[in-house]
Amino acid sequence: MSEPAIIQIIGLTKTYQVGDVPVHALRGVNLEVGKGEFVAIIGASGSGKSTLFHVLGGLTPATSGTVRINGRDLAGMTNEERTNLRKTVVGFVFQKYNLLPTLSAEDNIRIVRYIANRNTEFDPAFQEVVGLLGIADRMKHKPRALSGGQQQRVAIARGIVNSPAILLADEPTGNLDSENSAAVLKLMKDLNRRLGQTILMITHDSDAASYADRVVRMRDGCIV
Amino acid sequence: MLNKLIFANLGHRPIRTLLSVLAIAVEVTMILTLVGVSYGTLDGTANRARGVGADILFRPPGSSAIGLSSAPMSDKLPKLLMQEPHVTFAMGTMVQPLSGFDTINGVDLEEFRKLNGGFHYLQGGPPVNDDDMVVDEFYARQKHLHVGDTVELINHTWKISGISESGKLARLCVKLPVLQALTGNPGHLSQIFIKLDDPGRAQEVVDALRLKYPGYQIYTMEEFTSLLSINSVGLLRNFIGVVIGIAVVVGFIVVFMAMYTAVLERTREIGILKAVGGSSALILNILFRETLVLALLGSVLGIVLTYGTQWLMRHVVPASLVQETVYGWWPIATGVAIVGALLGAIVPGIKAVNQDVTEALSYE
Repeated sequence: MSEPAIIQIIGLTKTYQVGDVPVHALRGVNLEVGKGEFVAIIGASGSGKSTLFHVLGGLTPATSGTVRINGRDLAGMTNEERTNLRKTVVGFVFQKYNLLPTLSAEDNIRIVRYIANRNTEFDPAFQEVVGLLGIADRMKHKPRALSGGQQQRVAIARGIVNSPAILLADEPTGNLDSENSAAVLKLMKDLNRRLGQTILMITHDSDAASYADRVVRMRDGCIV
Repeated sequence: MLNKLIFANLGHRPIRTLLSVLAIAVEVTMILTLVGVSYGTLDGTANRARGVGADILFRPPGSSAIGLSSAPMSDKLPKLLMQEPHVTFAMGTMVQPLSGFDTINGVDLEEFRKLNGGFHYLQGGPPVNDDDMVVDEFYARQKHLHVGDTVELINHTWKISGISESGKLARLCVKLPVLQALTGNPGHLSQIFIKLDDPGRAQEVVDALRLKYPGYQIYTMEEFTSLLSINSVGLLRNFIGVVIGIAVVVGFIVVFMAMYTAVLERTREIGILKAVGGSSALILNILFRETLVLALLGSVLGIVLTYGTQWLMRHVVPASLVQETVYGWWPIATGVAIVGALLGAIVPGIKAVNQDVTEALSYE
């Protein structure tokens, strides 16, 4: 581990109630991710990796255990505090891009800065990232006018625009062809190397996981 | 930035936006048209009363300001009233209600001429025969009447002898004794117009007459015309209240449906906003701003449509319905539309706020 742990997970469990049946999605996960690390969590469908993504992002609360992001324990957080966490501490990249269809690529990025109460003008460093992502000439287009690869690049730009401590990526190449997958993964690797961006990537694809510094495997709700 | 998102959202579903705006516009038009017609009718009545040129109006006990439905006063009363101090002339008329706001008035045209110079005829002249009738220009236009035409009213065939300029006494006038006889009220009057030697003493004379004729509705003309307002006519006030209530419900339903559909349709987008740090307040802010834009656009369109209904009435029923532009009611109607719309956005807003982020993100 190159840096002190920015993510600390101790004994994390998550149980869903499906009707009367409890579903144990996470069964005592322990994991540490250092600052500036690029970690891939790999596992089959139903292994609990997406649930882990949601808990880490503050999108859903854990059932028990400790999750510390940047030193802050998620367990004691109110809804409002989790919302604030998502504003600035955690950035997301989703499999299905999840861009707002009515806004242009640029506005999809700007609105995240607006939500975080930051100046909506992009600083030069961000302009450099946009250049790096290769979407500078597509910023005025709406998502439907962009290819899958371009949409995912916009989503990555949105994910890092507020300089989050962690970028969480859930199957970022799941909807892309191999060429675009490679390009997006290379970009994420570049962001990690050049900007020191901590990245936790969820994937079921071992090729995608190979871009990470470290690969963690999950099965049946546990790290193996 | 947020406004950009709101207008982009509204533009994304143009038909739904248009229908919502149109429905709110109809709501606003409904209020403004009703109020405009109420003002127009009352002001028209007041103007025609003023046009008689009298200083005092003398009406039977228990009569309302807006209409007369009987003729209980003796036609000897004007002569008695003319003996009162400062009264120079008194003229009685009989009013027979027709359908809607229309009335037919029986008047002694010679006395009417003495009071104010008489009608100014645009076509034809005063009644000569018992079946002759004078109608004003608006009634003639509405009914496509010309001098010499006949018209069937109160089971009697009348011949148009003249078409007069509007604004004096009534839209339809016939000889007083003829109307009295036809309605079974020989020797009876509905109201008496009184002329004074000094109009400045009108209140003084009214006070004296009220003492002498207790129970009679006696007004200076200024007082009478001031009574012809929505607030003074309880029935009209209540009716407008009911229409406003219906308008609020209509606005509520329209916006409820539009925003509920929008929230359902945008489940995923709401999830995205929440995932990137959007608070509940932000989500509500977006929905309420969208609602406000719909309500404001609907109000503006509603006001514009009001000119359409006004044009329609002026050309189709210029005598029966007169619609005024009541600017003072523009903000009220807009307020009603906004209140109805915001009420309609509350439940969809709560639904949006309570959506689970992870479920919303997986919504297809």
